Amino acid sequence: MGSVLASDQLYVRETVRQSVKILIVGHFAVGKTTLVGALSEIRPLRTEERMTQAGEAVDHLAGVPAKTTTTVAMDFGRLTLSDDLVLYLFGAPGQQRFTHLWNDLARGALGALVLADTRRLEESFGVMTLLEERGLPYAVAINQFDDAPVFPEEELREALDLLPTTPLVTCDARDPASSASALIALVEYLISKHQEPA
Amino acid sequence: MTRRRPERALVRPHVVTGGRAHPTRNIFDLVTLVSATRTRATGLSPEKRRVMELCQGGALSVAEVAAHLALPASVTKVLLSDLVDSGHIVTRASAADRDQTEDQLLREVLNGLRARL
Ligand SMILES: Nc1nc2c(ncn2[C@@H]2O[C@H](COP(=O)(O)OP(=O)(O)OP(=O)(O)O)[C@@H](O)[C@H]2O)c(=O)[nH]1
Ligand SMILES: [Mg+2]
Repeated sequence: MGSVLASDQLYVRETVRQSVKILIVGHFAVGKTTLVGALSEIRPLRTEERMTQAGEAVDHLAGVPAKTTTTVAMDFGRLTLSDDLVLYLFGAPGQQRFTHLWNDLARGALGALVLADTRRLEESFGVMTLLEERGLPYAVAINQFDDAPVFPEEELREALDLLPTTPLVTCDARDPASSASALIALVEYLISKHQEPA
Repeated sequence: MTRRRPERALVRPHVVTGGRAHPTRNIFDLVTLVSATRTRATGLSPEKRRVMELCQGGALSVAEVAAHLALPASVTKVLLSDLVDSGHIVTRASAADRDQTEDQLLREVLNGLRARL
């Protein structure tokens, strides 16, 4: 704890008045934590939420036996984008049943970046459905692993059943510039959505 | 989890939060920025004193407070909303409360990300 508190970067810059969040989502081991870590200016942090089997958050420390709860971890990082504004990136687990956690994460989020792996594209469907159910706009980024097959964009779009307007990009989650480019594609899409009449 | 009280036979909600039935935690998003307004933390529970100690250094999001104190976010929200009610903690305006259009906000995000390339 001492070393964390000693860090200059621990606190949000004095001038910052606004905070926004973008979710980084995808199936197990797709690179969510890696992408958050590549972009974050603080050591990525983790919060854990105790959920009941029914998917409700346990918002007190005592009284619920541990065996009736599951712990869900979220990684997140922070980027100061201007004197006024910070962006938080939350790496969120794709499990469908944690409805409460998902509602909490999605509320107020600008949008989501869905990371996908060409070796198991179908495992991305669940998380895309979760986003669609909540009306949260998203872009898809193929996290290109070294030994994963490379497909033409049209085949990927068809396999993922993307709308023609949904951005599809390729990234290397370990690389900050590549990861920033994927987020830029998402934000450009959000701006374009905003300009079309509702 | 930092520490655990002994198991109780029955579910007793809000042990840490002092038994308030309807905490105003919904005012908090995970990214709401909070900071301490005063340095005195006498009379507060140990958990709230830890929150105050952390928040005296500057502003942090609710999620960061939770992570640094190894508390679940939902518990942290309850503690923070109590501390707002008692005047120990203030929140900074969230993006939603600002006199800025969504479009302006998104462009500020875009520019900030482009500056990272
Ligand atoms: N070659 C390569 N490896 C990667 C890339 N991104 C992530 N990895 C590796 O893939 C593994 C899983 O990445 P994580 O970032 O932990 O994935 P995650 O989505 O957070 O995983 P869970 O939280 O367990 O669901 C790690 O060993 C990473 O180092 C990439 O772009 N290329
Ligand atoms: Mg992870």
